[in-house]
Amino acid sequence: MSELQDLYQQMILDHYRSPRNCRQIDECSCSANGHNPLCGDRIAVYVDVVDGVIRDVSFEGSGCAISTASASLMTEAVKGKTVEQAHALFKVFHNLITGEARGDEDLGKLEIFAGVRQYPTRVKCATLAWHTLEAALKEDGSEVSTE
Amino acid sequence: MSVMPTPRTPTAALDVDRIRTDFPILSREMSGRPLVYLDNAATAQKPQAVLDAVAGYYRGHNANVHRGVHTLSMEATDAYEAARRKIQSHLGAERVESIVFLRGTTEAVNFVAQTYGRSRITAGDEIVISAMEHHSNIVPWQLLCEQVGAVLKVAPIDDNGDIIVEQYEKLLGERTRLVALAHISNALGTINPLDTLVPLARRRGIPVLIDGAQAAPHTAIDVRALDCDFYTISGHKVFAPTGIGALYIRPEWLDKLPPYQGGGEMIRSVTFEKTEYAPAPARFEAGTPNIAGAIGLGAALDYINALGLDAIERYEHDLLDYGTAQLATLPQVRMIGTARRKASVLSFELQGVHPHDVGTILDQQGIAIRTGHHCAQPVMDRFGVPATCRASLAFYNTRAEIDALVAGLRKVLELFA
Ligand SMILES: Cc1ncc(COP(=O)(O)O)c(C=O)c1O
Repeated sequence: MSELQDLYQQMILDHYRSPRNCRQIDECSCSANGHNPLCGDRIAVYVDVVDGVIRDVSFEGSGCAISTASASLMTEAVKGKTVEQAHALFKVFHNLITGEARGDEDLGKLEIFAGVRQYPTRVKCATLAWHTLEAALKEDGSEVSTE
Repeated sequence: MSVMPTPRTPTAALDVDRIRTDFPILSREMSGRPLVYLDNAATAQKPQAVLDAVAGYYRGHNANVHRGVHTLSMEATDAYEAARRKIQSHLGAERVESIVFLRGTTEAVNFVAQTYGRSRITAGDEIVISAMEHHSNIVPWQLLCEQVGAVLKVAPIDDNGDIIVEQYEKLLGERTRLVALAHISNALGTINPLDTLVPLARRRGIPVLIDGAQAAPHTAIDVRALDCDFYTISGHKVFAPTGIGALYIRPEWLDKLPPYQGGGEMIRSVTFEKTEYAPAPARFEAGTPNIAGAIGLGAALDYINALGLDAIERYEHDLLDYGTAQLATLPQVRMIGTARRKASVLSFELQGVHPHDVGTILDQQGIAIRTGHHCAQPVMDRFGVPATCRASLAFYNTRAEIDALVAGLRKVLELFA
């Protein structure tokens, strides 16, 4: 079970049980819906961008522990960052969970998702919120699907 | 001296310890523990007899069928046609021509949609299915409806996962051209009461297709007693290789259906002006077929018939009852699918834990179950869940494996407590 504890760490379970920023933002500048048809997970991400800075970000949806915790931690990680910084962070995060080489960037709390790389079928769970954030920032209103 | 037959208890009838040794993969270890394979509804494991039949064909008899005058080709043809006869007798078909080899149930349903459907169903006609169908018994009909302007009608199911017979009957009308129903539901385990449902359609002269993908591994099939027009099976779910399956076609349709695909094998003579088609079943089997697969399917049917479908059914029923009772010891388990008659499928929700988390944590303990929508999204919608956990049992599964599943679920609950 040691590998499992790698994946289902207390922090992930905590963010699953009590997700942060799990609400709708009424007056947001952009939002998008995400869907993972494989698990039926659905998520909506709301972002309020002012002068290129993510002033507020939130999500709503239902999903597994990995996708919910990832969404919750994502909102914490990108709040206050510029849109460019958020894009860059996703790249690094993506490399972390797919096991791609990466530099010495510090992902902070997001490092706990490193265990996902042992479960290729779960990578989509961990990235759904991020893909949906990207779609929201693009403001094209389309629904993203992990398939 | 008279010998009293000893009454056999359901579990004593099959020697499961010995049967397990027939399946090489079952001795694999997963995460340092014995593999517990509970995903049989997705695909079943293959006994050595099937592996040998496939390898034996390639080693000793490989040639194309129905073509060469040379010995190998005759041997291959004999083996391929012998497999067809095994399927004929397994399904109780009156004529061997009624058995068409296809890739599986998906292709068989598409076959019926594109042959029977395209030639007999027109704008405004209706096709009736049920709310528990697999996507492969939904989407081909939607495609047909788009092509010809027909209308798809869906018979609802109740909270247990049983078809509501009165409502089903109400859908059968003047314009109904086909009823297409699962024999056994993959997502719920429901065994449909075909002895009621089929006659309701047949009495009105409506042809019936039965999706037998999940039935073939668990129960004896008799297409004549069922009185259906089409019956489909998937080899890989009945312990045979992937990529092979069969469609039963009622004899009266054999000469009436147009060809499915054009090509070699299915013709009598070809000129650029006019092509004459071969009689069934060749006319429905264009191109070089999956010869090894067909031979493997024949071997798989021999294997389960040697065990006896009665014994298999009794054993699995006992295992299902045991599994249902053991899962009920976990208050967090909500069963999805509690039909009156069920095959050995345990579909459930573990409250507070997403099925995919359950699946990953069980996998780490060497336990393979299916988590997701099981290619039956309308069923998930009906029960208001995005996905379920599904343990589906075969005759080689044991009570000890059920215990491992329940112990695994306890670990999941501990982690998420
Ligand atoms: C009830 C049912 N119908 C149809 C199918 C499709 O079978 P196949 O994928 O072998 O074509 C399946 C298998 O997933 C099934 O369970």
